[in-house]
Amino acid sequence: MIQTAAVTWTALDPILPELLLIGIGVLLVGCDLFIPRQRQALPWLTVVGCIAALLMILGARPTSAFGGMFLADGYAMVFKVICLGAAILTTLISEQFWQTVGGRQGEYYSLLVFSLVGMLLMASAGDLMVLYLGLELMALPVYALVGLHKRDGRTSEAAIKYFLMGAFASALLLFGVSLLYGLTGTTDIGRIAETVATMKVAANPALLAALGLLLAGLCFKVAVAPFHLWTPDVYEGAPTLVTALMSIGPKAAGFAIFGRIVFYGLPELQSHWGPILAALALLTMAVGNITALCQQSLKRMLAYSSIAHAGYALLGLVAGTEEGMAATMAYLAVYLFMNLGAFAVLILLAAPGERRESLDDCKGLAGKHPVVAALMLVFLFSLTGIPPTGGFIGKFYLLKAAFAAGYPLTVVGAVLFSAISAFFYLRVVRLMYMSEADHSACLNFSPGMRAVLGVCLAGVLGLGFFPGPVLGWIVAALAGN
Amino acid sequence: MSMPLLSILIFFPILGGLSLLCVPRQQVATIRTLALLVSLIELCLTLPLVLLFDKSTHVMQFVEQHAWIPALRINYSLGIDGISILFLLLTALVIVVSVLVSWEAITNKVQEFFVAVLLLEGAMMGVFCATDFILFYVFWEAMLIPMFLIIGIWGGPNRIYATVKFFLYTLVGSLLMLVGIILLYQHGGRTFDILKLAGQAYPLKLQLILFWAFFAAFAVKVPMWPVHTWLPDAHTEAPAAGSVILAGVLIKMGAYGFLRFSLPILPDATQLMMQPMLVLSVIAIVYGAIICLAQTDLKRLIAYSSVSHMGFVTLGLFALNQQGLEGSILQMINHGLVTGALFLAVGMIYERTHTREIAAYGGLASTMPVFAGFFLLFTLAAVGLPGTNGFVGEFLILLGGFESRPWSAVIAASGLILGAWYMLWLYQRVFFNEVKEGMRGLPRLDLREIATLAPMAFLILWIGLYPNALLGFLHVSVGHLLDQVHGVGLAGTETALPSALARLP
Repeated sequence: MIQTAAVTWTALDPILPELLLIGIGVLLVGCDLFIPRQRQALPWLTVVGCIAALLMILGARPTSAFGGMFLADGYAMVFKVICLGAAILTTLISEQFWQTVGGRQGEYYSLLVFSLVGMLLMASAGDLMVLYLGLELMALPVYALVGLHKRDGRTSEAAIKYFLMGAFASALLLFGVSLLYGLTGTTDIGRIAETVATMKVAANPALLAALGLLLAGLCFKVAVAPFHLWTPDVYEGAPTLVTALMSIGPKAAGFAIFGRIVFYGLPELQSHWGPILAALALLTMAVGNITALCQQSLKRMLAYSSIAHAGYALLGLVAGTEEGMAATMAYLAVYLFMNLGAFAVLILLAAPGERRESLDDCKGLAGKHPVVAALMLVFLFSLTGIPPTGGFIGKFYLLKAAFAAGYPLTVVGAVLFSAISAFFYLRVVRLMYMSEADHSACLNFSPGMRAVLGVCLAGVLGLGFFPGPVLGWIVAALAGN
Repeated sequence: MSMPLLSILIFFPILGGLSLLCVPRQQVATIRTLALLVSLIELCLTLPLVLLFDKSTHVMQFVEQHAWIPALRINYSLGIDGISILFLLLTALVIVVSVLVSWEAITNKVQEFFVAVLLLEGAMMGVFCATDFILFYVFWEAMLIPMFLIIGIWGGPNRIYATVKFFLYTLVGSLLMLVGIILLYQHGGRTFDILKLAGQAYPLKLQLILFWAFFAAFAVKVPMWPVHTWLPDAHTEAPAAGSVILAGVLIKMGAYGFLRFSLPILPDATQLMMQPMLVLSVIAIVYGAIICLAQTDLKRLIAYSSVSHMGFVTLGLFALNQQGLEGSILQMINHGLVTGALFLAVGMIYERTHTREIAAYGGLASTMPVFAGFFLLFTLAAVGLPGTNGFVGEFLILLGGFESRPWSAVIAASGLILGAWYMLWLYQRVFFNEVKEGMRGLPRLDLREIATLAPMAFLILWIGLYPNALLGFLHVSVGHLLDQVHGVGLAGTETALPSALARLP
């Protein structure tokens, strides 16, 4: 006699947003194939789908599904909102981007949506298998997105590099997962924590090996030094739009699984991973900020800056406290707006058939386009962490959390590297405001671009002046866990 | 108080500045007039503070308190005492003057310039009003952005080097202070309220760490020797308005920071570090003055004289007695007026001659007599001639210094002599001697320029003759501050209590 469990459709409720997005993704493929004349509707379909998913996630109650494999808790909600925000904003810019760059765009939207589903799964993963599933679902479409310009050598190189390195990192992660499973006999993250605590295997060398492998894999995914080497090349080679997405969405999702594993899965080992992560965070800030100093390409500079910001965001995990986790989330939320704003301006600078990615292309921007320059100014000061922008609030929260958790020297290092970062962000400001232009660039704004710049400005300044509600929301979401 | 006067004071110039953005860029005259109007109204807004201020108490007045970021326990709390009110007045005045002096000097990106100046004004007001440490920090750092732009966009030939140096110096200092603030938060009962943070008995080691963390931020801003090197560059390259704001208000914030944070919150460390601080002050006085003698650039000379004068300010501050502190605060106001006025004057002749080389000048007394008269008054005030405000401040500081450490006053007095030497020598080279080529036929001061210099000259004489007008605000607040430093305040009663109880039968 085969026992069957009764399946009701209500069991699917928690994953409705993901199902909706999968449906949208399939629909996008279909539309692209069968009604090619209506391609300009694809971005709007994507945006509407993402917004619907966003509303569903915000409206949902914290639950778990499939026996704890899928957690739709407050923790997941915050990360999902950030990932969806990144997808929505990049999609809004995409129209302008493809107009200037050209190329096949149908695939872009469907790949984006599938990757987004992967990110949402990662945020919700309560089980190592789901976590890995989400990770691969996120990563595979992104490999393809990076190589979207098939005939561009730089892009193809970036895609291959990313794919090989990504596969390697996934293998490391899987190795760690299998060791963990072997030791605890479960893949459920909550139960792993219990087992490690009750069986007192915290000092077991195999567990430490598993921790090391997991950390290596995770650090690769969020581009933490010394596992960051792929980042500058891939970020520079990928189409700028994809870079903008990659620097936020997959990174936020990466932090989601990072936090889930170390903070919820292995809290017993905090005395091991805390100092390791503190050292890695410092190293990441050092590498990112110092290397960014000598870049001539604005895009590559932003790539290194995003490495450095991964180091800052890591500070919250280093703390290993609820406050630290909230700080990381808040920082990623601010980072969404400021980094995407900076990338949006970079995309705006590009002219048809011409790459304008070097620092010199910013020269004299303030004279011709004062509004764009002022926006970039706000984003760059926010990336530096100068009040009254959101970047300061985010950074302050992180420093405070890391300090409270007993890492004062890491905090001192972080602020010193943040002073170094001021130098290269200021260089852009200097070129925009204090140099004369070489050539006259004519910028045209699509409605989507205007919307994105407006939203990013509102986000950066709003989180700078009135961060109370958002921080309160994050803390409440975490506590309701 | 029903009206949030301090909030209005902070946000009126910010909103006024942003409203300039609505004016079309070409209408330069409208933009200038509007900017002047906003700064004048702001000056008038400080009047009710002066009239309603109660001089007989040290408690914070015009207090406003709202929760700002509950998750981080940061409040939007404002308040002023007798020390901060003077700085509010100075800021409002300096901004009016710097708007006036930029009237014709700024021709490029006029709109952005006045927006930056007014935003800067709002942030500076915020620094002097904030009673929450993080709120203070937010305003403190927010000032950097407009100042960076003002020096970098509208400055002299070497402006980019100067502005980046200024930005990085102050940023590093401020960031170390930020770490200090977090450390203080951890040990001071998890609050950022500076009134609650003061008067707690912190361990001495902690106090010393915090003292140096705060020192990093405040000493760079003052600037104290040896972290003063950004100042000459920034002063020299900044446009006239930028120099006036820098000299008038910005560098006072370092000393204000010591007064508001280091002294009351870290009294034991302050007393322990008194000697090194006095040494640094004395070095700044003498070193700055000697460097002045070797300068060939007009603005650079005045910049180095600022280093010397700010040495007097920190000397009075760390003398830790009533005369020293009052003299120090008064001298900050004086220095803001005098050096601000000197930079104004230099800006005016620079507009005419486009050179800052002292050697290029000569005989201006005969070509621009009214200007020479104003400049003479400012020079004498900088030297500290009795009858001008400079005398009162420096005299009080020397008095305080002598009372606390006689050697410091003795050496500092030599700075006065050097000061007279370089300032009078400067005056002689620029205004006397024969009229140099290119100095003939310079246009005389117009009404706007006289209107810019006259209030400064008036205040210099008024404070010189009747210093009590300002000192009256200070007595009670400074007295309370000294009680805190010497442990007669809250902590003092606690430690005194057991011994008092022991004496009971």
